[in-house]
Amino acid sequence: MIRSFEELESMKCSCTDALNAKYDGSDGKRHVVFCGGTGCLSSDSAAIREAFSAKLREKGLDDKVTVNQVGCFGFCSQGPFCKIFPEDTLYRMVKMEDIDEIIEKDIIGHEVVERLLYVDPETHQKVSRQDDINFYKKQVRVALHGCGAIDPENLNEAIGAGAFQGLARAIKIGREATIKEVLDSGLRGRGGAGFPTGRKWAFAAPGDGDKYIVCNGDEGDPGAFMDRSILEGNPVAVIEGMAIAAYAIGAENGYFYVRAEYPIAVNRLKIAIAQLEEAGLLGDNILGSGFNFRAHLRLGAGAFVCGEETALLNSIEGKRGMPRPRPPFPAVKGLWGRPTCVNNVETLATVPYILREGQEKFRTFGTEGSKGTKVFALGGKINNVGLVEVPMGTTLRELIYDIGGGIPGGKKFKAIQTGGPSGGCLTEKDLDTEIDFDTLKARGSMMGSGGAIVMDEDNCMVDVAKFYMEFICDESCGKCSPCRIGTKRMLEILTKITEGNGEMEDLDKLEEIASICQSNSLCALGQTAANPILSTLRQFRDEYIAHIVDKKCPAHVCKSLMHYNINKDKCIGCGLCERNCPVGAIYKTGYVAHGHKLPSRAINTDICIKCGLCMSNCKFGAITKD
Amino acid sequence: MAHLNDAAKAKITEICERYTDEKTPLMMILSDIQREYGYIPLEVQELVSEKTGIPVAEIYGVVTFYSFFSLKPKGKYIIGCCLGTACYVKGAQAIIDRFSELLSIRPGETTEDGLFTLDALRCLGACGIAPAVSINGKVHPKVTPDQVQEIIKKLREEAAN
Repeated sequence: MIRSFEELESMKCSCTDALNAKYDGSDGKRHVVFCGGTGCLSSDSAAIREAFSAKLREKGLDDKVTVNQVGCFGFCSQGPFCKIFPEDTLYRMVKMEDIDEIIEKDIIGHEVVERLLYVDPETHQKVSRQDDINFYKKQVRVALHGCGAIDPENLNEAIGAGAFQGLARAIKIGREATIKEVLDSGLRGRGGAGFPTGRKWAFAAPGDGDKYIVCNGDEGDPGAFMDRSILEGNPVAVIEGMAIAAYAIGAENGYFYVRAEYPIAVNRLKIAIAQLEEAGLLGDNILGSGFNFRAHLRLGAGAFVCGEETALLNSIEGKRGMPRPRPPFPAVKGLWGRPTCVNNVETLATVPYILREGQEKFRTFGTEGSKGTKVFALGGKINNVGLVEVPMGTTLRELIYDIGGGIPGGKKFKAIQTGGPSGGCLTEKDLDTEIDFDTLKARGSMMGSGGAIVMDEDNCMVDVAKFYMEFICDESCGKCSPCRIGTKRMLEILTKITEGNGEMEDLDKLEEIASICQSNSLCALGQTAANPILSTLRQFRDEYIAHIVDKKCPAHVCKSLMHYNINKDKCIGCGLCERNCPVGAIYKTGYVAHGHKLPSRAINTDICIKCGLCMSNCKFGAITKD
Repeated sequence: MAHLNDAAKAKITEICERYTDEKTPLMMILSDIQREYGYIPLEVQELVSEKTGIPVAEIYGVVTFYSFFSLKPKGKYIIGCCLGTACYVKGAQAIIDRFSELLSIRPGETTEDGLFTLDALRCLGACGIAPAVSINGKVHPKVTPDQVQEIIKKLREEAAN
């Protein structure tokens, strides 16, 4: 039990010593950690970890070597990861069959297993330490503090890394000063809109009676996974952020609303809450200060609109997750009609840093209008897929090329979609834009939650706009007609265009419906629904025209507008395509190419379903799309 | 409630009683029932209504609003193909199309033998390993259309044993 500031401090000292001993090896042991994030776990990192432990026991090494899990390393495309302290050697893409070699060579022989090291794609140099990998070099970890470094299911490690120091300072300086600290830090909500967090707290602070703090963990933006990663990697930090917010506004209860799609995050939160209650850091009279706070957990049930704060509140109240008209804002009338502050996971994970390190330090990162750092989920057609945290003001070029490692397969960069289905795409000409809330907005996109999907020349922008509209149309809650009907009509028009039946006037219609949807919808889902269409229309109008006038999809994506062909002179007649075709659309021709013995194949376009299996199976590059 | 056996009635009653301290427990009750039985038919909604005092119409409204709640039983294997943006731009549509073709069901449907349900999911948050497919909650990384047949075959074998 930790009952006072002094007890927290002495606990922290011993935990920090233990953590440092683990990193620098001063306890005379070797420490092996495996990534325990969703990405690596799906590649069996838990089973590999257990097998590693078993092997150590078998060899009688288990008293000299410890094995643990840590949260997400962020570099998901290279997982599963295994790191060995004190040398700080990072092995990537570790498999079951690598265990023996790591134990024999590294653990026993103190020699690095070269073949499991990350190889820099440009210099072809092997890199053994995490900090020397380009993906990590420009990163600054504020919200991701502790992720990939501590065991998320071990409270002692979290405390050793500074957990609850922020809350301790908040209680020492008082409620008003805490709000002022966050206000002065310039922290803006990381969930999308970028509203100043301190102001949100100040709205909810006046008055007595029941108040609530709600953590929005309904990360719905397809392509963004920072909230999941933070909850999996350092759940205690988010709970501490929530406790600080609760202290500041005068709430005694906080609710986590987390997507049911994130079972690992939910489980780690449950464990962390239980451990904190047991340690006395949640409950009554926290740190002997008289501050009472309890954290509760609520699961989503698969509705994107519940990421909208008023819809989320309805969902907690056991209702259909439909948005409420605002005003009244939740800060005035929120959960069960009481003042409520809704903050995003990444926002709350940032708050402890601001209180612990001071707002001045936080303000040294970022731009004039957007202070601090932002986590981005780099995905799509990019070499280094993963989660990165960089100071606001980093350019897109740095993000895509220096950190992201550029586009795979030598393909050409086409666009990057930020802000998910509510955002827009940015192109080549925006690459040197310093990213923050305001610059992205000025360029017709938005920060959103930080999803950043890179697209190359093989992606069709009309198809991408249609993809987002399908998503929004499916997820529209149906309460207000501009969104319910508008998204449906826009999707119909986009479908018509991608099927080759579009007319030029459809583009005007799209813009008209988009503007109605934008100005008349009840919540942000509808208000921003048309953004992907408007931004692709602005940047890639020629692609829309190619679909409508030339009846061509320049990227060969839209099935109605493309065909597979077999080049009869390249085809050697092996018949692999014919055997793989699920609908029997490939037949033998009477033609034998020069230098070959077997007849070439051809595709009956009347039967072909354009699944592309023939092309992916052809080893001779004889099949093309046009 | 004629179709509910006594064991089911007792279990659902117990689930409703888990949350008597909560102000608005409906979502939690329904989540637990969905997890326990795989679906929430009308008879069960009526029983929940009786136990909680919440009108059936309201419960039905909630059940049909959220995609995790289902009125019909799901298959033994729930195959969720992620169609989040990162998976989509890496060809996830071809994967769900292949499942759909091989199982002869559309997304949202269950095979006649009750073995497979095919779902289109909105982002598993596993974008680093796109395209991802979740089978009964376990995430499979970097799936290709060529692997689909093998995945189905393995699950069929597992079910037969």
